[in-house]
Amino acid sequence: MGLRRVAIVGAGITKFYRYAQETPKELAYEASKMALDSCGMTLKDIDCVVLGTAPDAFDGVHMNGEYLIDGAGGYKKPYMRHYVGGGTGVLSPIHGWFHVASGMFDTCLVVAEEKMSSAFPHPAGAFLTIFDHTTEQPLFPTLIWIFAIEMHRFMHRNGYTKEQIAHVAVKNKANALDHPSAQLGAKITVQDVLNSEMMAYPVNRLDISPTSDGAAAIVLAAEHVARRVTEKPVWIDGIGYCLDTAYWCNRDLYYPDYVEVAARQAYQMAGIKEPSKEIHVAEPYDPFTYKELHHMEGLMLCRRGESVKMLLDGVTQRNGNLPCCPSGGALGVGNPIAATGLMKIIEIFLQLRGEAGKRQVPGKPTCGLAQAWGDLMQVGTVVVMRV
Amino acid sequence: MINQVAIVGIGTTGFRATTPDVSYRELTYEAAKKAYLDCGISPKEIGAFVATSEDFLEGYSISDEYSPDQLGAVLKPIYTVPGDFIQSLGSGVMMVLSGLYDIVVVQALSKASNMLTKPYMIEFAMDPLYARQLRELPDYVAGLDMARYMFDTGTTKEDCAQVVVKNRRNAMFNPYAAHGCDLSLDYVMSAEPVSYPLGELDISQHCDGAVVVVLARGDVAPSLTKKPIWIRGISWISDTPNLERMEWGKANYAQLAAKKAYAMAGIKSPRTEIDFAEINDEFSYKELMHMEALGLCNPGEARHLVRDGFTEIDGGLPVNTMGGVMGVGNAFEANGAHLVLSTVLQLRGEAGRNQLKDVHTGLAMSWRGIPTNTGAVVILSN
Repeated sequence: MGLRRVAIVGAGITKFYRYAQETPKELAYEASKMALDSCGMTLKDIDCVVLGTAPDAFDGVHMNGEYLIDGAGGYKKPYMRHYVGGGTGVLSPIHGWFHVASGMFDTCLVVAEEKMSSAFPHPAGAFLTIFDHTTEQPLFPTLIWIFAIEMHRFMHRNGYTKEQIAHVAVKNKANALDHPSAQLGAKITVQDVLNSEMMAYPVNRLDISPTSDGAAAIVLAAEHVARRVTEKPVWIDGIGYCLDTAYWCNRDLYYPDYVEVAARQAYQMAGIKEPSKEIHVAEPYDPFTYKELHHMEGLMLCRRGESVKMLLDGVTQRNGNLPCCPSGGALGVGNPIAATGLMKIIEIFLQLRGEAGKRQVPGKPTCGLAQAWGDLMQVGTVVVMRV
Repeated sequence: MINQVAIVGIGTTGFRATTPDVSYRELTYEAAKKAYLDCGISPKEIGAFVATSEDFLEGYSISDEYSPDQLGAVLKPIYTVPGDFIQSLGSGVMMVLSGLYDIVVVQALSKASNMLTKPYMIEFAMDPLYARQLRELPDYVAGLDMARYMFDTGTTKEDCAQVVVKNRRNAMFNPYAAHGCDLSLDYVMSAEPVSYPLGELDISQHCDGAVVVVLARGDVAPSLTKKPIWIRGISWISDTPNLERMEWGKANYAQLAAKKAYAMAGIKSPRTEIDFAEINDEFSYKELMHMEALGLCNPGEARHLVRDGFTEIDGGLPVNTMGGVMGVGNAFEANGAHLVLSTVLQLRGEAGRNQLKDVHTGLAMSWRGIPTNTGAVVILSN
């Protein structure tokens, strides 16, 4: 293919929880240090640093990327921040891939940090200004409302019920019990989801991922460095990302075209023809229960309208044929926006290395996928990894 | 880096002090359309896009949402870099070098006139635990830095004022500049002090406008334009974000970034190999400080060069020939964009009355403003 090969050689992740005592810098430091330690590297070995963090309004710091420089290890280094809203986490390794694949750098530290709880009383306030100033903001929409619209449309077109979709929360929160960083691991039932507080029909409280603080980091290296640093490099074989129009009211929300377009880019690059067979483990983004199913369809891991069947048949369980969110996902581990995406990358990294401990999926997977989504239901970011 | 990535198209709205007639999306649209026409491409042919924006300046959370439509980037690879335009340009260059895309578009925009409380906005960039508690308007940081720089190098207020006079005069003949003006040295010197020694006219004024640049891989570039401008070296460096730890009176970020960019471009002696420079002069003294940090002259020498007219358009080392940030206007993240624009115009021979004769290599350098210590350098050749 002619592209320079890039591998993930190390990873680190903080605990996800609400009201972290650490400052955003400290969270970023903790994750970066863990990632460097995991592959026996120091900042001296790092050529450049990229940082992913979503809106500045969470941390309440203008030019948040600048503020986080020393926490993320970017001091006196080429350091660049990027973002695409909720898709930032999975965009981070993509931006890092460009740094290394371009040949300009051999190693890259990729850091994603989010501290949502400093937005008080609730970070939902930071989302009030994501809407168009003329056509939408006067209606005072909230994030949950627009996702309720999307979920409703998704259910209607495919004939899904709330009970069926609630199984996603049951599965992911149970998976999260085995994740050391998890914020909301729990044994719950479908009834618990349906009985939880109604936020905006059809979204109940347990359909939503929590507010979280946390950070994650990975180390990327070019092939000649990766082979020296570790015996088990995990290669980034496919990347894809795109944004749909900001005028989301003009789209049919039942199907995520943006995820499909991004997935096709990644599959083409990785030479994947039949994703449902060639992908062994997947981490679709699940900030809401229905989103995991929505994204599985967009990622072409199943046909349109068949994701619920897969879920109910147990195919997406950790011991199923195509485990989805074996980490526990955003619903279980927590959702510090940018860090969640990178947490998913790290989960696939560990699964492919066979180092996921209690969360390990059976059958020695060799090809995995992580995906994130964000903005006004318009971003798809996809990374395909192989050992 | 030789003949690998070129700027094949550039489009701009020009910069104005205020733009009540257009929205920020229309600004980008106009610049994008001009850039695509400049190299005769349609958005369909573009592989990927990089947008530049900072949330607080745009007035949106996750402002990247509104980047794709007006660039023609719907359902195309696009992300946003909240940094200076030259950093985004670096991101675009890496995308081309990676081999994934032939053509990449980079955009930056300023709608500063929408912001009614700019100093308070910038105050939000200060460390929330330590610096923000001082409750001072942020220009004091520049005042302190300027005092230290003047003390270290023997620069006087008059030397700094000379930078303002030169740059704003150069901007008078740049149709894209917002703040061209013929000022006298005395007038600049007697402006109201803001934070001693920083006077009101030592501070650049804001402007609105957008720039879109089309990058192409070396083998594709000649088919798109007759005048490709080659990117020979590009680098970006972040020094400490903490005021307590920064080295006052020094621009380490510019020095480190320049070192890397020169190495990439194979430039051993910047003084002789760089024909002209478009560098960030958001505050008057910054031009002098950056000239020294970039190795275009010795420490303490910049003041002599500016006083002797060596940095004028007809001098030996023209600096900010199109007005710089002082003359074109302070466009926040788009500062790098109009500095690159000026460099490209000079190298293409399209700079009108300010055109330099016989120039082949130009340097554009930007800084992210108070309170950061982040800068980026790009070296361009025709």
